[in-house]
Amino acid sequence: MPKDGGIGASTVRREDIRFLTGKGRYTADINLRGQGYACFLRSEVANGRINGIDTTAAMAMPGVLTILTGADFVAMGGNPAGWFIPNRDGTPMKEPKRPVLAHGKVRHVGDAYAIVVAETLDQARDAAAAVEADITELPAIVNMADAVANPANRVHDEIADNVCFDWGWIEANRAAVDAAFDTAPHVTTLELVNNRLIPNAMETRASIGDFDSGTGDYKLYTTSQNPHLTRLLIAAFVMAIPENKLTVIAPDVGGGFGSKIYHYGEEAAVLAASKAINRPVKWVAERSESFLSDAHGRDHVTKIQLASDLQGNFLALRSETLANMGAYLSNFSTATPTFLHGTVMAGPYKTPLVYVNVKAVFTNTAPVDAYRGAGRPEATYSIERVVDKLCRELNLDPIAVRRANFISPEQFPYTTPVGLVYDTGNYKATLDKLVQIGKLGSFEARAKETARKGKLRGLGLSTWVEACGIAPSNLVGALGARVGLFDAATVRVNATGNISVMTGAHSHGQGHETVFAQIVAEHLGVPASSVDIVHGDTSKIPFGMGSYGSRSLVVAGSAIVRAMEKIVAKGKKIAAHMLEAGEGDILFADGTFSVSGTNRSKTFGEIAFSAYVPHNYPLATLEPGLEETSFYDPGNFTYPAGAYACEVEVDPETGRVEIASFACADDFGNVMNPMIVNGQVHGGVAQGIGQALLEAAAYDENGQLLTGSYMDYTMPRADDLPMFTVDHSCNTPCTHNPLGAKGCGEAGAIGSPPAVVNAVIDALHRAGHTHITHIDMPLTPSRVWSAIHG
Amino acid sequence: MHNFEFVKPSSVADAVKALAAAGAQPLSGGQTLVPTMKQRLAMPGVLVSLSGISELRGVCLADGVVSVGGATPHAVVAREAAKYFPALAALAGGIGDPAVRSRGTIGGSLANNDPSACYPAAVLGSGATVLTNKRKIAADDYFKGMFTTALDEGEIVTGVDFPVPDKAAYVKFDQPASRFALCAVFVAKFGSKVRVAVTGASGDGVFRWKAAEAALAANYAASAIAGLSLPSDGMIADLHGTAAYRAAMVKVLTGRAVAAS
Amino acid sequence: MTKVSMTVNGKAVSVEVEGRTLLSSFLREGVGLTGTHVGCDTSQCGACVVHLDGVPVKSCSVFAEDAAGATVRTIEGMANADGSLGPIQQAFQDHHGLKCGFCTPGMVMSTAALLAENPRPSEAEVRHYLNGNICRCTGYHNIVKAVLAASGQATASMAAE
Repeated sequence: MPKDGGIGASTVRREDIRFLTGKGRYTADINLRGQGYACFLRSEVANGRINGIDTTAAMAMPGVLTILTGADFVAMGGNPAGWFIPNRDGTPMKEPKRPVLAHGKVRHVGDAYAIVVAETLDQARDAAAAVEADITELPAIVNMADAVANPANRVHDEIADNVCFDWGWIEANRAAVDAAFDTAPHVTTLELVNNRLIPNAMETRASIGDFDSGTGDYKLYTTSQNPHLTRLLIAAFVMAIPENKLTVIAPDVGGGFGSKIYHYGEEAAVLAASKAINRPVKWVAERSESFLSDAHGRDHVTKIQLASDLQGNFLALRSETLANMGAYLSNFSTATPTFLHGTVMAGPYKTPLVYVNVKAVFTNTAPVDAYRGAGRPEATYSIERVVDKLCRELNLDPIAVRRANFISPEQFPYTTPVGLVYDTGNYKATLDKLVQIGKLGSFEARAKETARKGKLRGLGLSTWVEACGIAPSNLVGALGARVGLFDAATVRVNATGNISVMTGAHSHGQGHETVFAQIVAEHLGVPASSVDIVHGDTSKIPFGMGSYGSRSLVVAGSAIVRAMEKIVAKGKKIAAHMLEAGEGDILFADGTFSVSGTNRSKTFGEIAFSAYVPHNYPLATLEPGLEETSFYDPGNFTYPAGAYACEVEVDPETGRVEIASFACADDFGNVMNPMIVNGQVHGGVAQGIGQALLEAAAYDENGQLLTGSYMDYTMPRADDLPMFTVDHSCNTPCTHNPLGAKGCGEAGAIGSPPAVVNAVIDALHRAGHTHITHIDMPLTPSRVWSAIHG
Repeated sequence: MHNFEFVKPSSVADAVKALAAAGAQPLSGGQTLVPTMKQRLAMPGVLVSLSGISELRGVCLADGVVSVGGATPHAVVAREAAKYFPALAALAGGIGDPAVRSRGTIGGSLANNDPSACYPAAVLGSGATVLTNKRKIAADDYFKGMFTTALDEGEIVTGVDFPVPDKAAYVKFDQPASRFALCAVFVAKFGSKVRVAVTGASGDGVFRWKAAEAALAANYAASAIAGLSLPSDGMIADLHGTAAYRAAMVKVLTGRAVAAS
Repeated sequence: MTKVSMTVNGKAVSVEVEGRTLLSSFLREGVGLTGTHVGCDTSQCGACVVHLDGVPVKSCSVFAEDAAGATVRTIEGMANADGSLGPIQQAFQDHHGLKCGFCTPGMVMSTAALLAENPRPSEAEVRHYLNGNICRCTGYHNIVKAVLAASGQATASMAAE
C-alpha cells in the first residue's frame, strides 16, 4: 500500500492549491511598476531582403516609448546551437548566426525584426501598424527536398546547399551494414514522414525585462523550462552581460514540452528595450505569434530498411533521414535528430548492425527543435513501423517477432551498435504485462463487436526503449555538447528544523514541489509538509540545467539525494558532539541520530537547532550551520522502456479513426509518486495520439503557415481520447543513480504514435485492404478514406 | 484590435439608427467577429451590440412554425426548440462548444454565412424564412455564396421562421480543429417533399443537393441515393479533406441523416 | 474611456475601459483577478471561461462594455467561504486533474457549468461538454475522473491503472 508522504505514495500535489484558486503566478500575471508594453513586428514573408525599416511615423504615435530593430542588435552576439555535429567527412557543421532580431534578411514567416514599446499594449500595436518595413520577397525554400535540390535559392546566403550537416552514425559501421543488406534473405523498406508538430503549451511565451540603472542589474521574468541556461546564453553569447548582473526568473510556467527550453530573441530584446527606456518592458505572445515563432518539433523524412532472415530475426537496420532545422539553429536543434535519434535506433532489439544517416537542412520555416521525446519518437516510429511491416511481409506474429529479437534480461549491461550501454531492462516482462492488461487475447471478440457496428477494428503494438535522464556530461561532451548536463541542489535545514531545497530543475506541470518533498521526507525522516522546494530563480539556486529529457528526477533529484547525504554526514558530526560519542558510532534512521548500541539519541530538529545555536562547538572541526550543496553528474543515460497497445475503430465510409483503447506497460525504474507518473503517461500518450491522428504543421509553397491557429491546427480534445490503461509494475531500477529512477516524462509521446498507426494498418488489412502498407501521419479521415477508396 | 465606440441599444429601431453611422457594424454573439477584430481584419468605428435587445431573443411555436429571435444564443435554441423541432435543437447544441453556444447567435451565424457554419444548413434545409428589420427573405433567396447574403448594409436579422418538418435530421462531420462542419447535411421531409442542404463542403457555401431531394421524395430511405454521386468540382479542398473526400462525405452523411430522421 | 461596473464574485467593481477592452482584460488588468487566463486569440482554448450571468462564456470574446451590469464568477470565486477548496476544485486535486495549471481555471468553470446543467453526466457527456477547453498536459483522463468524482460518481472502476 502506498505510504503517506514518502517515496511511493500517491501524494496529492501541493501546487494545485494555487492553480485551482487562481493564485498561480505566471509571467503574464506579473506587472512591474512603470512597465511599458512590447509587441514585435514579424515577417509576413518566408524569405525576404530587408531594404529598410522606417520607424519615424510610428515613433510619433501616442504613448510610444521606443522602437528597436535588427540594426540595433548588430553588435550583439548570436543565439548559438548547443551541440556541434560533425559531417561524415569530419568537417564542421554550418552554423549561421541567429540574431536577436532579424537584420538584412527575414528567413521565415514570423521572424521578428522590430520591437515596439509603448505605454499600453494597444498603443504598441497601433504603432507597430505604422512601422514601414521595406522588404523584398525572395523565393521561399519550404520543403527539404527542394532545399537540397535547388541550392541556388538559399536560406542563408553563405550556405550554398542549405545543408547544416550530413552525419553518419556510426560512420565506421556503414560498410558492414551495407554488406549485411546485400546478403540478407529479406529486406523490408519503408519511406515515411515524421510530421512537423507545434508544441502548444497552453501558456504562450512571455517575458519581462527589468534593467536597474542604479545597480546595473538586469532581471528577466520569462516562460522558461531552463532559467540558468537562458542566463548563460544571454550573458555569455548574446548580450555580454556579466552573468552575476543578470537574474532569470521562471515563475509558474504553463507547460513547456520542449518549446521553453530554449533562449529566444524576444528575451534579449525586452532586456535591451528596458535598458533603452530605463523602465520594465513586458511582452506576452499572442497565440498566433506562438504558432509562428515557437520552436516546432519533429519534421523528418526517412527511408528505413530492416534486413532479416525468413524467420524474422533482425540482421541489420539502416536509415536515411532529412531533418528540418527551419531557418535558424535553435539551441538543441542539432542534437535532436542526431544524438537523441541516431543513438537509440537499435531500440529494444539485439539487431547486430545499425547505421543511421541524417542530413539536416535549412528551410524558410520556423526553427525546429526538441519537442516532447525529441528524436526518440522519430526513432521509435521508424523502427516500430518497419518491424510491423516486416511482420506483415513475412506473415509473422508481431508479438513473437518482437520477443525473439528483444535484448534478454541477462544481456545487460548491453552495448548497442549505436554507441549506448543500456544498464538494465526486461522488455519481455513489459510485453507480457501488456498482453495481460491490454487483454490482447480477447481482441478477436472485440473485433467482431466492432464489425457489427459497421466499423473495422485493428490492434497495433509498439515496444520501445529510450535514452533520457539527460545526461552524463562526459558522454554528451564526447558527442558534441557545448555544455555540461549535470544538475545541482542545495538543501538548507533551517534552525527550526524545516527545510528549503533549491533545485536546478524547473517544474512547469511536473509536480516537483510535491515529489521532491516526498523524497526529502523519506530520506531525512521529516514530514513532507516541513519541506519547501524552491525553483526557477537563478538568484536563489546554485545552478541548474532545467527540466527536459526526463531529467528532473533522475538528475536534479539525485543531486538532492547527494546533498541530503552530506546533510546526514554533517548531522552525524553534530550528533557525535552533542552525544559525546564517536562520529562512527552515530546511526541515522527515521529522522533520529542515535549512538549505536545505546538509547541515547537526538532528533533531526534538535540537531538542526544546535547547528544554528553552536554555543560550545569545537569550531576547529565543526562548523555551525546545516546547509549542503551537491552537483550531480550521472554515470549514464537512463533507459525507460515499455510496451504499448492501441486498438482503433475505423469507419470505412468516412475514414475516421477512433481510439478504442490504449494500454501502456512501462518500466520507469523506481517510482516516487504513482499518481504523478500515471499522469505523465496519460499526457504523453495524448500527445502521441495527437501526432498520429490529428496534428501537423503545414506550410504552403510560399512558406505561409496554414495551421496558424486552433482553427486549423488540431489539438487533441477531451472527446478525441479514451481512458488509458497504464501500468508500471514491471520495473528494473536504474543501476547508476541513487533513486533507481529512469524518468517518465517523454515515454508516452515516444511509444504511442507507431502503436496507433500500426493499429490502423491492421484494421485495414483485416478488412482486405492489404495494398495499404503505410499512411503518413496524421491519419486524418480524408487520408484514411483516400487510402481505402483511392 | 483598433479602438471603436461601443453602443448597446435596447430596441431594433435604435440599433438600426446606430448602424447608420459611418463605419458602424453590428455585434451579435461575437464568437467570430471578436477574433476577426483581434487580427485587425475587421475595424469598425462603431460597434453596435445586439445583445441588449430583448425583442430579438427567444424561441416560440405558432401554427406549425418555430420562430427564433435573431439574437437568440445557440444554447437557448438547443434547450427551447427541443420539444418543437428536435433536429434544429440538436444542430444548435452541436455548434462550437458550451461557452460559444452561450454567446453565439443564429442571426450572427446567418449574417456571416461561413461556408462551414451549421445554421445555414438548417435554414436552407427546412426552407425557413429569414426575417429582418426591413423584410422577409426566403432561405432559397438568402444565401449568396461564401460569406455573402442577401442582407443590405445595416440590415439586421431579427429572426427566423422555421416550418416544422415531418421528419428531419442534421448529421455533422466535424473539421477536427475548429469543430466547424468539414461537411454536414440537413435533411427535412415535408409530406411528399424533401429538402437536403449541405454545408462545409462547397466553396460557394451552403447548397441544396437537388438530385438527392428528388430521389428521397420518391423513396425516403438511405438506399434511395445509393446510385447518386456528387461531382467534386467546386468542393472545398484543404488540409482537412480533399474535394473528392468532401463530395463522398455529402453522400455518406445524407444517407445517415435520412436514417437518423 | 467609459466606466463599466459589474459584480464579480459577489463584489461590485468599476473600471474605466475603452470600447475594445475585453472582459478577460477587465478582469485581469482592471480588477487584478489574474486567475482567468488567455491562451489563444480565436475563442478556442477555453482557458478564459468565466460565468456571465450564470452561463459559461469565453471572456476573451466578450467586450467589457457588453458585460456592464452583469454578474460574473471567476475561478477566484470557486473556493468555499473559509477559503478551502470548493468541491470541484477538491476533486481536481484529489484526482490529479491538472498539471501546469494554465487551462485549469477554465476547466473548473466549465465543469461547474456542466454540473449545474447535468448533475450526473456520463463519461461521454463530460468529454463532449469539455471539448471547448484544451489541455496539453493531462490527456484529459484525470480531468474526466475529477469531473465525475465532483458529480458524486464512483471513478475507481472506470479507469484501469
